[in-house]
Amino acid sequence: MTTTPHVVVVGGSLGALRAAEQLRAGGHAGPITVLGAEAHLPYNRPPLSKDVLAAGEPLAPAALADRLAFRRRASTADVDFRLGDPVVASDLRAGVVWTGSGSATSYDGLVVATGLRPRHLDVSGPALGRHVLRTVEDSHGLRADLERGPGLRVVVVGAGFIGCESAATLRKLGHEVTVVEPVGSPMERVIGAAVSAAVQGHLEAAGIRFVLGTGITGYLGEERVEGVVLGTGRVLPADVVVEAVGSLCNTEWLAGNGLDLSDGVLTDNRMRVVGAERVVAVGDVARFPNPLFDDVPRRVEHWSVPTDTARCAAATLLGDLAGMPPDDEFAPVPSFWSDQLDLRLQSFGSPALADEVVVEEGDLEHLLDGLLVTYHRQGRHVGTLAVNLSAARQRGLREQFSRPVPVA
Amino acid sequence: MKVTVDMTMCQDHGQCAIAAPEVFRINDEGHLEYDAEPGDDMLEYVEEAADVCPVQAILIADS
Ligand SMILES: Cc1cc2nc3c(=O)[nH]c(=O)nc-3n(C[C@H](O)[C@H](O)[C@H](O)COP(=O)(O)OP(=O)(O)OC[C@H]3O[C@@H](n4cnc5c(N)ncnc54)[C@H](O)[C@@H]3O)c2cc1C
Ligand code: SF4
Repeated sequence: MTTTPHVVVVGGSLGALRAAEQLRAGGHAGPITVLGAEAHLPYNRPPLSKDVLAAGEPLAPAALADRLAFRRRASTADVDFRLGDPVVASDLRAGVVWTGSGSATSYDGLVVATGLRPRHLDVSGPALGRHVLRTVEDSHGLRADLERGPGLRVVVVGAGFIGCESAATLRKLGHEVTVVEPVGSPMERVIGAAVSAAVQGHLEAAGIRFVLGTGITGYLGEERVEGVVLGTGRVLPADVVVEAVGSLCNTEWLAGNGLDLSDGVLTDNRMRVVGAERVVAVGDVARFPNPLFDDVPRRVEHWSVPTDTARCAAATLLGDLAGMPPDDEFAPVPSFWSDQLDLRLQSFGSPALADEVVVEEGDLEHLLDGLLVTYHRQGRHVGTLAVNLSAARQRGLREQFSRPVPVA
Repeated sequence: MKVTVDMTMCQDHGQCAIAAPEVFRINDEGHLEYDAEPGDDMLEYVEEAADVCPVQAILIADS
């Protein structure tokens, strides 16, 4: 190995940036090249379903990406960001990746940070008026469509976090919002049925309508969306449709290397891609086991995860390159927040794993007064959700998870 | 080191207070208070606090 190995990071968002920063923080002085598909430096996505939809002048994508750009540590000033050219293929045995424009880049160490892209509904129909939300371009397109008038009829398909947040923001803007969700109730898979029903009630009181238990089977309209057809046959008139129906992992470029790409890219507990050498993965795309809970590898689509996994992955990669593989256990506390109207949800741990939900403080009828819920699996505390509790409480709530609990 | 939090952006997420409790804290009203000139030995923690701020409101400068 040369004294200054070249590390290539594929992806151009939070995970990629944090990986570059953590490589520098870990003492890597050699070249770092970031190969990103988007034309922008890494920017922050959560505001796209919140303030960005609601406030200020609508900005063109480049200006918006600029406004949402992550602060980059000074140590990354010499990182070579090559943007707007996706990686399309790789040979991990030879240590080479190829971009769409045909250029080949060799590496000594590789970081996979290609994240997710939104799934689109598999229903044909007009192109105009249909939106997904992951990039500044998506956000710009949706905002431009919303300029067509006040009080538009908006259908949000999917009642996950991004769907519910978008619905809340659009309602705040005065639009007529209906959320359609075929499976379960809002965010139920993560926060459980009881809390889900309470949040749904709160959003309904603000005028958001929910249609649960049926999906979209067709679109009305020639060039522009005029409505959606539900599985029940009912038609909902719509000026704008937001499809928030989950994501697909950007792993196609890793095909042909014998990896497990069945759901993101499988890694070990130290974020090493299983089946490859000198390759680690970070962020939404990485499927890793977390000993805080058990030994089942899972992908975690929370904003906190790219930062946590990048710290571990960078240390692993540098250790492996130096022939001193680290082996201390990686057990990050997953956490996410979500803002919906006047509610702030803050979660620690993995509520989604629970088989039992306990309301510890407050009551489900009065979310604004503050609610604390704990989640348990086979009697073990696995998650906590706070709704409208003071941020002063968070440290304590998070600390309950900072120690790995022995696996039963 | 000089720390500035853009209070027009800050949404009292309190993530900074988890990462660097010596520099950032959430008061009893649930709002952020911070030490604008922490010692340079705090740099690593302040960097981490700036990283984890969901609205990227924290700025760090050499003093
Ligand atoms: C609208 C929205 C709101 C959100 N709100 C919240 C929230 O309130 N709370 C929360 O905890 N989380 C939230 N999240 C989730 C959070 O933003 C993600 O967890 C985070 O963005 C993951 O970062 P990442 O770098 O792993 O992946 P991504 O952000 O998906 O970045 C991957 C990058 O890699 C690039 N790429 C993909 N394929 C290739 C390729 N072949 N070659 C090169 N580059 C490639 C992509 O273009 C992209 O830039 C939200 C997400 C969205 C979209
Ligand atoms: S993490 Fe950011 S938003 Fe939250 S209190 Fe600190 S500065 Fe404010």
